[in-house]
Amino acid sequence: MNLKRKAVVSLMGLTLAVAAGVAGAKQTVKIVFIGPLTGGVSANGIGGRNSADLAVRLKNEDPKAKYSYELVSYDDECKPNIAVQVATKAAADNSIIAGVTHYCSVTAVATVDTYHKFGLPVVVWGAVLPSITYGNKYAEVHRVNGTMINQNEVAAKFMTGMKYKKWVIIHDTTDYGKGHNQYFSEYLKKAGGQIAGTFGVTADQQDFTTELTKAKELKPDVIYFGGLTPLGVRIRSQMEKLGVNAVFEGTSGIKSDAFVEGLGKQLAEGSLSFIEGAPWEKLPGGLYFAGKYALQKYNEPPEAYGPFAFAAANLIIDAIEKVGPNRKKVTSELGKTKDRDSIVGKITFDDHGQNIVPLITKYVAQDGKWVVWEDSEYGSGKRKLKGQ
Amino acid sequence: MTLGLLSQYVFNSLMLGMIYAMVAVGFTLFFGVLDIIKFSHGDVLMVGAFTGLATYLGLEALGVDSALVQLLVMTLVATLSMALLGALIAKYLVLPLRLAPPLNTLLLTLMLGTVLREAVRLFYPQGSNPKPFPRLLPADSISFGSFTLRADSVILLLAGLAAIVAVHLLINRTKLGLAIRAVAQDAETARIMGINFEFIVLLTFAIGSGMAALGGLMNGLYYNEINFGIGLLLGVIGFSAAVVGGLGNIYGAILGGFLFSALQSVGAVTLPALFPGTSTAYKDVFAFAVVIIFMVWRPTGLIAEKKSERV
Repeated sequence: MNLKRKAVVSLMGLTLAVAAGVAGAKQTVKIVFIGPLTGGVSANGIGGRNSADLAVRLKNEDPKAKYSYELVSYDDECKPNIAVQVATKAAADNSIIAGVTHYCSVTAVATVDTYHKFGLPVVVWGAVLPSITYGNKYAEVHRVNGTMINQNEVAAKFMTGMKYKKWVIIHDTTDYGKGHNQYFSEYLKKAGGQIAGTFGVTADQQDFTTELTKAKELKPDVIYFGGLTPLGVRIRSQMEKLGVNAVFEGTSGIKSDAFVEGLGKQLAEGSLSFIEGAPWEKLPGGLYFAGKYALQKYNEPPEAYGPFAFAAANLIIDAIEKVGPNRKKVTSELGKTKDRDSIVGKITFDDHGQNIVPLITKYVAQDGKWVVWEDSEYGSGKRKLKGQ
Repeated sequence: MTLGLLSQYVFNSLMLGMIYAMVAVGFTLFFGVLDIIKFSHGDVLMVGAFTGLATYLGLEALGVDSALVQLLVMTLVATLSMALLGALIAKYLVLPLRLAPPLNTLLLTLMLGTVLREAVRLFYPQGSNPKPFPRLLPADSISFGSFTLRADSVILLLAGLAAIVAVHLLINRTKLGLAIRAVAQDAETARIMGINFEFIVLLTFAIGSGMAALGGLMNGLYYNEINFGIGLLLGVIGFSAAVVGGLGNIYGAILGGFLFSALQSVGAVTLPALFPGTSTAYKDVFAFAVVIIFMVWRPTGLIAEKKSERV
């Protein structure tokens, strides 16, 4: 084949390829998901990953979508050092336009600088530590879920309203657990509750008999626990062992199916948790989400924060559809989010990129399920919490 | 502090100490016969606990609902399968490396531990979540003031004691035990005397791993919850207990186990009282710090091996 013919053939091939590209496949845009996919809280991470994946799949089924989306997922193991590694990996990859990032507060707060430095717009989907959005004023960082400030204020008012007087607080000694302790203690004192004792425990501790023996001596009405599901299961279970007869009050950190399964129906009964956002089961979009989620036959449930990951992924996709796959434009588009309908209620970002969520939902474990307080037999007065 | 409260602390600490001691005995047995440290020991305990749980679920599915039968079958299946696993580890992973530097065995068992842990997490259904462990022991309790004594805890404590006494008798009163002690003292001479070296090593690993399985079941029955990570810290604590007691000495391991749990309890109770504002999370820091001091004071352990002429 001489040179001229070779050139002609190549040119023809190229023309064909370009024509095919225009007619068929859309440009692929990558979005990153980061959450704990292994380790103790991986149930929540995988639920979030599946939910973000669902948003991407649904958009890809839509013939009117301008781009085709691909979800890249990374595991932050709920450890700050690993989180910074994967965040850097994602942020340094120019083909990734935006991210749905972090369930654990310790990882979310460790990575904000990375996203800011590389200019990668992210929407946090599960971490509740206030300083993730309020610690800096980074345009790249947004959050669809509320902070622990809101849920602890509601929790303290609700519990003192139930005429409980004396608390013992157990919290893990990460920033997450300490934050819960700080805000809950603050609001509880304002609401007139008494804190008889506070115990900080390590995040992987197995045995709590010493702490609980001491707590029992203080005779609290309520044991407040600021931490995540695995520890919550152990503490509630060992309370029973030592005969600590108090209400077990958790935070959004234990609002997972894994908590109820890990304890069994009987022990979980009457435990409380508080989570921001409207109960998604009741919103029209929530039913749609649950139906679509079931259709995709994921092996794991979406867990409590799945809907937030879904909402975060949708915000990002909509922004990209509007302004194109450009990090800077997506960042400024996300910043303008106001009164947007989503399956977790209306989303409005303030100047720190924080969703101003007006609503906190209270949950109680009833017959092996988390039930919204107002709909539960406890709420209607048919069943009573301990000490009522 | 009232007497009742004090008794509760002591009892909690004894219970924890028993589990530590059972792990430590395994470490000390392995070190005794082969001079190796098997770091996957804690994870064998965890696999034992999960085997027990799976057996329980199987029995439930078959319609066996007598708690006593369930408990016996669980114990039997978990102990025997972990004994087998221990023997297999010894035969195919530890013995072939007998002439290699000890660091290789250490690394190998460390990695094996991770493999076991991750395997349970990935292959057990929903393995990364905490699992409820059945309550099969009577939960009756008597209270003396602020001290609640539960029947199940007492049974577990006695069962642990029985297991340790049984191992002690096996090693000191039987011909097999004599062979194990002979191999521990001098493998070459023992071989010349006609002792089947490999068999004794496999047997020792089986006994130690069976003990770990029992420890895992006790852990599950006591806390009513198991997860894939329980072996990690138990392994480190069991190893420290064995070292501080005197690696290679069974009594040392038991002493070390109870010492460690006592230190943790003392740390958790006194630290916040002495330094207001300290969280009980420092109890491990305290316990390990004291263990370090013990090790500096008594490098060969509290009860050192009798023969010190090892060169």
